[in-house]
Amino acid sequence: MHDAIKFIQGNEVCVEAALYAGINFFAGYPITPSTEIAEQMAVRLPETGGKFIQMEDEISSMCAIIGASLTGHKTMTATSGPGFSLMQEALGYAIMAEIPCVIVNVMRGGPSTGLPTHVGQGDVCQARYGTHGDHAIVTLTASNHHDIFRMTIEAFNIAETYRTPVILLLDEVTGHLREKIEIPEPGKIPLTKRLRTAVKSGVDYHPYLPREDGRLPMSDFGDIHRYNVTGLYHDMWGFPTDKPQIVYGLIRHLVDKIENNTPKITRFRKYYTKDAETLFISYGASARSTLHLVENRRRRGENVGLLELQSLWPFPADIVREACQHVPLVIVVEMNMGQITKEVKLAVDDPKKVFLANRIDGVLITPTDIRNTLRVIQGKGV
Amino acid sequence: MEKCRLLFSGSGGQGVITSAILLAEAATRYESLNAIQSQSYGAEARGGATRSDVIIWDKPIFFPKVNQPNILICLTQAAFDKYIFSIRPGGTLVTDSRFVKNPGLVDARKVELPFYDTVMEKIGKPVVLNICLLGAIVRMTELVRPESVAALIRERFHPSFHEINIKALELGVELMSGHAMATQ
Repeated sequence: MHDAIKFIQGNEVCVEAALYAGINFFAGYPITPSTEIAEQMAVRLPETGGKFIQMEDEISSMCAIIGASLTGHKTMTATSGPGFSLMQEALGYAIMAEIPCVIVNVMRGGPSTGLPTHVGQGDVCQARYGTHGDHAIVTLTASNHHDIFRMTIEAFNIAETYRTPVILLLDEVTGHLREKIEIPEPGKIPLTKRLRTAVKSGVDYHPYLPREDGRLPMSDFGDIHRYNVTGLYHDMWGFPTDKPQIVYGLIRHLVDKIENNTPKITRFRKYYTKDAETLFISYGASARSTLHLVENRRRRGENVGLLELQSLWPFPADIVREACQHVPLVIVVEMNMGQITKEVKLAVDDPKKVFLANRIDGVLITPTDIRNTLRVIQGKGV
Repeated sequence: MEKCRLLFSGSGGQGVITSAILLAEAATRYESLNAIQSQSYGAEARGGATRSDVIIWDKPIFFPKVNQPNILICLTQAAFDKYIFSIRPGGTLVTDSRFVKNPGLVDARKVELPFYDTVMEKIGKPVVLNICLLGAIVRMTELVRPESVAALIRERFHPSFHEINIKALELGVELMSGHAMATQ
């Protein structure tokens, strides 16, 4: 028996992956259905020399990981909808101050305290637009343990590459279900290291002066350089400014560094898309139900396919447009009122061919639910 | 092989989720099968209806829930009343004869066994009821060897609980073997 093969919950896979990625600071406030992440971090982080701290709430949890990241650590927090709402203000600060960190939201039914122990996918737009002001954000998701492991590591890598917070959207079903995971050997998956400045002690360091490639080397806060960090618009020294040309340059930079790199950030899986006459688009737990249906229908000779999105923001509009181009029927499967459906409609040439198959009652959408929606659209009745 | 869909149901605290996890984990790690386990529960720590779904197959499993179990296990009357109509026609219903009275006419093979009474008589501690049940399921499905579950118990449980749990597992296997002999 191979020790690297584990039979654990999705939340625990996220912890294993974060450790693999080199996390050394976690601050959080446990909330169902993300609790196992905090629980396991409390056990595992001290074993590897890292720090776990349970904060008094999600506001302080988010602030703590921002502060710890600024001092040079790889940091993460985990929460669910109500806690994610509380994190929005500090999330905006991390975007503005360009501080890498990972925020896991294991989605449950909302709004408000909603359905603590049941599944939902209603926080997709919250991840994109939850914090105020124009901004870009990276949001990843996954439907199975193999991908939760990969996407958690990607989240850390993207956070370091673009100096940005990255949101990992899981859901109650993927977070709680148990299935096999083989933990890769250390070194097998590449990790992105923090880009640190080469500027020596005693020499002026400009924390917000991009290099030629647009990246901003960091200096561990409190170490050899003194600099300012603020949520206000700031100059290359990090000091507040309201000079229009600097304000313009900074907002462009914050948006462009993500949006212009959409092809590099985009992650997806394609199943039977080449000859598909009906294309399903889904993500997270919904993608599992969709894939179940697609496999069954394929065995019956029906030309159906699935595009599983693993990055939701920046929205991979080009990939979606291309996949939908020659397909007469597109059905988006998600457990909300159509948050990604709207994006798909915007991306494709003919929005009228895009339909939503959803379930919003706290129960995982079943392959039968999706099939029934398909049959109704095809005029066959359920 | 045929896809094996099991639904474990009972009251919170009876250990049905633990049984489900042990079965699925043993199938995955010791028998090279694919297994998936999920659960649904309310906000209560104890009491309330608990269910855990297990699917064991030799192919990849995508949809993780069990809507129509081949094997439905009910450890309380409330769980029986709630889930009996979900059973796959021709499936198997497993109940504890002390807790579920007169299942009546159901579209399934009925296996009513005295798990609770046997455990109380032979071991005297109701806490291992779930493992006795698991022994019967292991014997019935023949997808996982009892030794694999025993190995997992040794790996997972505190050493002071190894002996009574493995004894409970063996009791369950025997109960099911006896039932199989009697109904052949």
